[in-house]
Amino acid sequence: MDLTYTPEQQAFRAGVREWLAVHVPEAPLEHFDASRAGFEAHRDWERTLKSGNWGMVTWPGEFGGRGLDLIQWLIFEEEYYRAGAPGRVNQNGIFLLGPTLIEFGSEAQKERFLPPMAAGEEIWAQAWSEPQAGSDLAGVRATAVLDGQDYVLNGHKIWSSRAVFADWAFGLFRTPGTERHKGLSLVFFPLDAPGVTVNAIKKINGHVGFAEIFLEDVRVPAFNRLGDEGQGWHICMATAGFERGLMLRSPARYQVAAAKLAELWSTHKETADPALEADVVRAYMNADAYALNIYQTALRLMAGAKIGPEASTNKIFWSELDIHLTRTALAILGPLAELTQQAPAADPVDWIDDHIFALAGPIYAGSNEIQRNIIAERMLGLPR
Amino acid sequence: MNFTLSDEQLMFAETARNLFADSCTPEHWRKMMEVGAAHDDARWAALAENGLTLVLLPEGAGGMGLAETDFAVIAQEAGYVALPEPLVESAGVAAPMLAALAPEHEALADPSATIAIAHPLNPFVANADTAAAILLHKDGEAYVATPEQVTLTAQPSIDPFRRLFTVDWNPSRATRLGVADWDLALDRAAVFNAAMGLGLAQRAVDLAVDYAKERQQFGKPIGSYQAVKHHLASAQVAIEFARPVVAAAAAQIGRRDGYSRARVSHAKIVGLEAAEKAAQASIQVHGAMGYSWEVDVHLFLKRTVALTQTWGTPRYHRERIAVRVFGQPMGPDQTFAHETSNRELQNA
Ligand SMILES: Cc1cc2nc3c(=O)[nH]c(=O)nc-3n(C[C@H](O)[C@H](O)[C@H](O)COP(=O)(O)OP(=O)(O)OC[C@H]3O[C@@H](n4cnc5c(N)ncnc54)[C@H](O)[C@@H]3O)c2cc1C
Repeated sequence: MDLTYTPEQQAFRAGVREWLAVHVPEAPLEHFDASRAGFEAHRDWERTLKSGNWGMVTWPGEFGGRGLDLIQWLIFEEEYYRAGAPGRVNQNGIFLLGPTLIEFGSEAQKERFLPPMAAGEEIWAQAWSEPQAGSDLAGVRATAVLDGQDYVLNGHKIWSSRAVFADWAFGLFRTPGTERHKGLSLVFFPLDAPGVTVNAIKKINGHVGFAEIFLEDVRVPAFNRLGDEGQGWHICMATAGFERGLMLRSPARYQVAAAKLAELWSTHKETADPALEADVVRAYMNADAYALNIYQTALRLMAGAKIGPEASTNKIFWSELDIHLTRTALAILGPLAELTQQAPAADPVDWIDDHIFALAGPIYAGSNEIQRNIIAERMLGLPR
Repeated sequence: MNFTLSDEQLMFAETARNLFADSCTPEHWRKMMEVGAAHDDARWAALAENGLTLVLLPEGAGGMGLAETDFAVIAQEAGYVALPEPLVESAGVAAPMLAALAPEHEALADPSATIAIAHPLNPFVANADTAAAILLHKDGEAYVATPEQVTLTAQPSIDPFRRLFTVDWNPSRATRLGVADWDLALDRAAVFNAAMGLGLAQRAVDLAVDYAKERQQFGKPIGSYQAVKHHLASAQVAIEFARPVVAAAAAQIGRRDGYSRARVSHAKIVGLEAAEKAAQASIQVHGAMGYSWEVDVHLFLKRTVALTQTWGTPRYHRERIAVRVFGQPMGPDQTFAHETSNRELQNA
């Protein structure tokens, strides 16, 4: 076992650090879910990343990537969060759909969709959930009917993050007459296509973070189907593996938060409950354990393994550590906890918003109850 | 970066697993409990014959001269069977310390001898009565004595296989070995106890999974009920996220800096927390059976209680981590940090 970076990895880190130091905007951008302006500012940032060829580092070079391995990806993410660079407005595309496309897409599809994704020219939303199909995703009712060279899409999608301002969505659709996991297909549609209506839904923090989407006889070319007809469930589960497992939440995010929490504690420890120090230390431990686990997973995947049900253990761990971490911050802040960022006395870190966002962690990407079922049945072998 | 076990390490784990699986089943401990024995000579001899006591001893003292990572995989297997004999304290902690101070000591000549250690952090000495030698602490220096040269007062433990003693001794009746590395002994013990914790935890979960598949209520196996599944899934999550911490801590002991000490303490805390969570879940899933002497889970629970509080309490270890958190750089580039790493980056 050798827990040191190679000189090449160190040099790579130094290069990333240098580029980010020059390019990361000095003032924080308005949140991408807060307004169109905030969204477009983040799109510009994606273009800047692309200009340095940092749009999606693990993709092959021909599609706008750098062909880097997962350890280099982790290093990139570490430097990215360390530099306080803007959130990735295109995370659904680059982290979830991208790897799935690379695995299941045809060459023509990769050429068509990956480069604009890496460049931020096309921002993606994930249109899986429906009012009647949340945890029970196999119960989706939206339909895709082949008509000549086109699919005709109908149905009602909901909770699609970023869909208010995004350009494209990848949706899960049923071939009429099929049931449950069978006959599902993954089809891409532009959010401005005729027949598509997008209604913003406000999140509990007031941002228009997600949307419902109505589809009425929306026509898209059959080219937009990823994989075979009926293969949708299988493909979606691969995407869910990325979502729960590695790509959606790289450890750096929590390591930065844990460092900020330690700073917060140091500033407030004269007035805060001394017992909270243990929670601050715990936040560090959790972030550290998460990072170590992900490094091990990355190395296993690089050696040829596939991500399995352990993606579910990751999802539970990062979502719970996030709630613990932000709750500790609120406890340290005491009466300052409720202040918004407009308050002159507020801490520079928006802990309350972070906490409110953390509360969604155990719900999205498959609720933690569902993840525990998966662990019990597929890792431990308990009966259904 | 190579954060995976080597083939050789996996082989060690398998050797230990097979050896323990044959010789250390619940029937074995139950027979020992009946006669009040804490030590099984035949098993210990087999384990010594297979070299498990020689892993960490330097080659100069007749050992294999391997590293903590190699021993940690064995400790994990020892936890999985709740091994009664003091393999970890003797071969993992005391023997290498004795070898560092007195490589020629006669207790080291016999691979099946056990060595006990009275670390200043521990009020009690485990398995002192059967030890060929006891390492003693005074003012940072180490002394060695035989059980006959000291006065042992038994302090019974809830774990029938941990025979604890307070030791009264007089330096004039012991052999002075000189200044010893008590910190290294602590780090090794903490990491190996954490590794045993992983084994204890996995066994507690596995026992409960087996039971939950068999036991029927309301016409179905209890394992098909979600409340039962979720207890065990939560315990498994704790195990999965303690495992890499223990592995990293074992790999980094040699660095001997504030970063590696914090990692060791982190491992000690989470390895045994996983064991506690798993033991509690396992008892719950077994229902009243789990609360009975007849079902095996309680021994895993008792060993967990013992290992949690010895070799540094959770509070002691948390304070060592706090020193790292509040005194050294934090952040996403610090996962594998050590004292010289920030300088190395600047030179990259
Ligand atoms: C912030 C946020 C962003 C999201 N972004 C997207 C997105 O971009 N695209 C998209 O498609 N979806 C998105 N979702 C939707 C998300 O995937 C669903 O909310 C989630 O799968 C749960 O479905 P549901 O809301 O219908 O809850 P339900 O399925 O109705 O569940 C409600 C509660 O019951 C529990 N429950 C349900 N079934 C079981 C069971 N079998 N066993 C035990 N407990 C059960 C759940 O765990 C949950 O606690 C997002 C959600 C949030 C909160």
